[in-house]
Amino acid sequence: MPVDQELVGRTFPPTRPYEVTEEKVRDFTEATAGEYAGGAAPPTYPIVVAFDAMNAFLEAVSVDLFRIVHGNQKFAYERPVVPGDVLTATLTVTSLRQIAGNDIIGTTSAIKDQTGALVCTTSATLVHRGAA
Amino acid sequence: MSAQPTLETQTYTITRADLVRYAEAGGDHNPIHQDESVAASVGLPGVIAHGMYTMGLAARAVTTWYPGAEVVSLGCKFTNPVVVPADGGVEIEVAGEAKDADGLTTVSLTVTCAGQKVLGMPKAVLRASGR
Repeated sequence: MPVDQELVGRTFPPTRPYEVTEEKVRDFTEATAGEYAGGAAPPTYPIVVAFDAMNAFLEAVSVDLFRIVHGNQKFAYERPVVPGDVLTATLTVTSLRQIAGNDIIGTTSAIKDQTGALVCTTSATLVHRGAA
Repeated sequence: MSAQPTLETQTYTITRADLVRYAEAGGDHNPIHQDESVAASVGLPGVIAHGMYTMGLAARAVTTWYPGAEVVSLGCKFTNPVVVPADGGVEIEVAGEAKDADGLTTVSLTVTCAGQKVLGMPKAVLRASGR
């Protein structure tokens, strides 16, 4: 079932606040072939919060995660993420196209800290693979 | 203008166990990264690595080349899936080329698996630091 065109421009509620801890950053760093010596998280770490927003979005539009393949991802950073940050992601649907039975869903998530300051903006294209 | 350093190509091996670990750390439990039958049911050639895992390795190469540098932006397309076999692993190579302009260093990456590009136009922009 194709995703509803009326979603374009819709902004979903912010995700539940996510507390960044040294332990979480260490796990993520080590899981991406690195060693953590304290300080800033790896550049792709904000995906953890963006992914929460994506999951909430998929649930809201009744799309199964296993039908989603990642098309592209871009991060624009205001500053690095550091332990002690409490982050939320607010996702907006920016575009929607149908190609060869797949929905190509463009999204942008604003990731903010506990003061409301923008930490990074991340955009993603999600490919929703239709039933075979 | 300082001369650009030679960026030594970085090689990473991805195993199924790495995908399990990344799923835990990154919170992405999409079964297409674990389960052969689910992957096949959506037309994938096998269990594939999380795109964000491959992108994370590309970012790892950049932070290896430029430790401590401030990253301004990072992006890529996921053009070819990285199929991870049940036994052993698959190798990913990350090569980079850097250019300086207006106080920023742009690192254009080439990320390949078995000689085939898996990311489209992967690129990181860094604030020029001491290096």
